[in-house]
Amino acid sequence: MEDGLIEIKGVTHSYSTQSGPLPVLKDLNISVPEGGFVAVVGPSGCGKSTLTRLIAGLMKPNAGDVKLHGEVVTSPRSSVGMAFQNPVLLEWRSILRNVLLPVEIVPTKMSRSQAEDRARRLLKLVGLQGFEDKRPSELSGGMRQRASLCRALIHQPEVLILDEPFGALDAFTREDLWQIMHRLRIEEPFTGILITHDLRESIFLADEVFVMSGRPAHTQFRLTVPKTDGPRELTQLYGHEAVEMLATLRHQIEIAQGRFPGEDKKVGI
Amino acid sequence: MVQKIIVPIVAVLIFLVFWELLVWINGWPNYKMASPSDLWPAFWKFRELFFVMGWDTLWRTVVGLMLAVVVGVAFGMIMGFSRIMRDALYPLLVGFNAIPKATVVPIVALMFVGAHDFNTILIAFMISFFPIAVSVSIGLSTLEPEYRDILRSLGASRMTIFWKIALPKTLPEFFGALKVAVTLAFIGTNLMEIVSPHGKGLGALFDSGKTSSDYPLMFAVLIALGFLGIFLYYIVVALEKTFASWAERESQ
Repeated sequence: MEDGLIEIKGVTHSYSTQSGPLPVLKDLNISVPEGGFVAVVGPSGCGKSTLTRLIAGLMKPNAGDVKLHGEVVTSPRSSVGMAFQNPVLLEWRSILRNVLLPVEIVPTKMSRSQAEDRARRLLKLVGLQGFEDKRPSELSGGMRQRASLCRALIHQPEVLILDEPFGALDAFTREDLWQIMHRLRIEEPFTGILITHDLRESIFLADEVFVMSGRPAHTQFRLTVPKTDGPRELTQLYGHEAVEMLATLRHQIEIAQGRFPGEDKKVGI
Repeated sequence: MVQKIIVPIVAVLIFLVFWELLVWINGWPNYKMASPSDLWPAFWKFRELFFVMGWDTLWRTVVGLMLAVVVGVAFGMIMGFSRIMRDALYPLLVGFNAIPKATVVPIVALMFVGAHDFNTILIAFMISFFPIAVSVSIGLSTLEPEYRDILRSLGASRMTIFWKIALPKTLPEFFGALKVAVTLAFIGTNLMEIVSPHGKGLGALFDSGKTSSDYPLMFAVLIALGFLGIFLYYIVVALEKTFASWAERESQ
């Protein structure tokens, strides 16, 4: 556990605003073992997006360390793949060329044709075969998000950062994509961290769920999701075990929001 | 296809018939209002002048516009990338743009006496660079941060982000502005040619028609200007189709 691939230790960060510093993270600890997949949940505005930017090396924390492979992250590194809630595909490129974008920037051992083969394979894996030459505007929201996942994986990143990638999708499309995520994990093993608002999503996809407290956020709770043989089934989400986990997480979120069931204490304004 | 060609032609013909009828019913002499049937003879009489002058107007408009593109894009980039520069330059540009260019024409004409081509190009440029600068700066400054993050998280440089994302993403706005700018540049050229005539360009031909009370000639110049304007506009449309066709939504 100590030598996780992603190691976030005592990270504290605040933004400077006109009314003084705004602390966002305070002594946050998260560890993701190699090949692991961790979900981070928490109330709105608890600094989850700050966390992704810190892991991606787009920002440096005020205190504490973000380590990848034991090395402190100080600047962006090409071994990271990112997908956001907004798929941010480039409208002027075909789907295939969108997926290939990171390869044009990151130094890779793949030749152009190898990269293209890989892109086609990834697109097939997420069910986008036959859409390689379409423009993003011709695809539905769910399909665009799938393409954006392929783009995040094309350069074989060590770490996949997902910042609410399924947040804007309808429930059924979201469930489709959850299953695709399981498929991707088997075919293209990666170490991942998923930021989400959806508790069901967190226990369905992750091995471990971290609950962040309200601002300034620290690690408030940690839940280990029991391993299953092979990919999880959606029906498991309605089983007794899942319901119990959801109830636990729900309770933790309420504590994080400063609301305690039963007693009316410190309700957020 | 037939509809796209036939319908506009019929519309133009109906318009011409009404024009002709209006003049004929009112019995207006051609020094009061020229009728379409007067235009062709007027054009034919001065046909060589039309082409020489038309060429002068055309090339000076295009050069002025190209200058506007270069300077407008440069200003747009500066304002799009730097908040401070935007705050500093925007009021200046708005003020500059608010001054009616007709009032600037005599000043420029006096400032650079005799440099007719330069004068004309300068006015065409001054009148048309504003929309380009504004649209490019808005296009760049409204680039969603996620687009930048996608490339920055991979370690891309600012230049790479500009070439791969910011520039292509701004192209539709740029061409939208260019369509406005091309018409404005054309107005600028003619303004200079008419207000400060120096024997060059369709504007000068228009002015000589005015001096000699040759109404049919003046109207013929108007029509010629219309044709030139349409020609320039559709060149921009063709460029847009080539470079930014992805921005067009398929109409069903």
